Amino acid sequence: MSRIIVITSGKGGVGKSTVTANLGTAIAQRGHQVALVDADFGLRNLDLLLGLENRVVYTAIEAIAGECRLEQALVKDKRQPGLVLLPAAQNRSKETVNPAQMRQLVSQLSQNYEYILIDCPAGIEMGFRNAIAPAQEAIVVTTPEVAAVRDADRAVGLLEANNIRIVNLVINRIKPEMVQMNDMMSVEDVLEILAVPLLGIIPDDERVIVASNRGEPLVLDEKLSLPAIAFNNIARRLEGDKVPFLDLMAAHNNLLNRIRRFFRS
Amino acid sequence: MISELLEQFFRWKRPVNSRSEARNRLKLVIAQDRSGLSSEALEAMRKEILEVVARYVEIEPSESEFSLESDDRMTALIANLPIKRVRPQIEPDSPIPSEASDSEE
Repeated sequence: MSRIIVITSGKGGVGKSTVTANLGTAIAQRGHQVALVDADFGLRNLDLLLGLENRVVYTAIEAIAGECRLEQALVKDKRQPGLVLLPAAQNRSKETVNPAQMRQLVSQLSQNYEYILIDCPAGIEMGFRNAIAPAQEAIVVTTPEVAAVRDADRAVGLLEANNIRIVNLVINRIKPEMVQMNDMMSVEDVLEILAVPLLGIIPDDERVIVASNRGEPLVLDEKLSLPAIAFNNIARRLEGDKVPFLDLMAAHNNLLNRIRRFFRS
Repeated sequence: MISELLEQFFRWKRPVNSRSEARNRLKLVIAQDRSGLSSEALEAMRKEILEVVARYVEIEPSESEFSLESDDRMTALIANLPIKRVRPQIEPDSPIPSEASDSEE
């Protein structure tokens, strides 16, 4: 029985595709068969983050229309043998596909893959409905910013209304030094507001951008960075391992910061 | 570094830090989002509830509070209505006393 997980957020630009790319790679590294589905028709990016943009021949649209076999549309990852990408069409709009077609497509994939991660487009309209239609569980990605948290709450409400009962939260781009100075909401603040189980926390890190420039997900690095460890931990928690959350605050509780806080409190 | 510290020092007067401001604003707006009520609908509901309660007890409209609160993905309407005194004769179908209806302004 495969697990079908949609990665969504409501707001755009919070790191859904980055989470999908790294999580998919991390799960594949752990020896599973993983299919990533880019559900962002018209604005596909997952191919770029995975460095697979030059290998895309067919997309989900051709597979749905029967113009090619589903296997022909799947792009095999160049580094991870267990990982494939089903690209979205770039020249079509989100209304070209309907939820029933998405369910059909994913159920076909589930015959060969243990994990199917669906990268949901931003917003809560047709693209969102298509992306969540086949899913049994959801990962909601947010950042500790007011707009992102508010939209994440909307997304959680809509997932529940659509009978997706397993919803977990990933908080991305935490800046411990800002939290320390009381200029950013902490993980606990966001959890208190959203009241959704926490699956992972990812620190803000420039290396995430460098990795996307190269099309090499961070979890592939030989010497793992902090965000790469965070992604690996999320993959392990998905499999049921009890992995403690990274203590991002510890490194920033130095004397200078304590003095600063003293003067500002 | 020194100038940065000095800057921090002179910012200490700032009343509320932006972190708690974000938290408080979000709590309010999310409670409203979750209830699916517009602020007009909330206001209309508030007036009607006050009118009904005023049939039975005398309340102080200026001290009454209405708010939406969310806890663990449940939204609750919290009303705090201090009672001045109980009306002597309770008549469920009696007309709404005038003092409750004109006290909204």
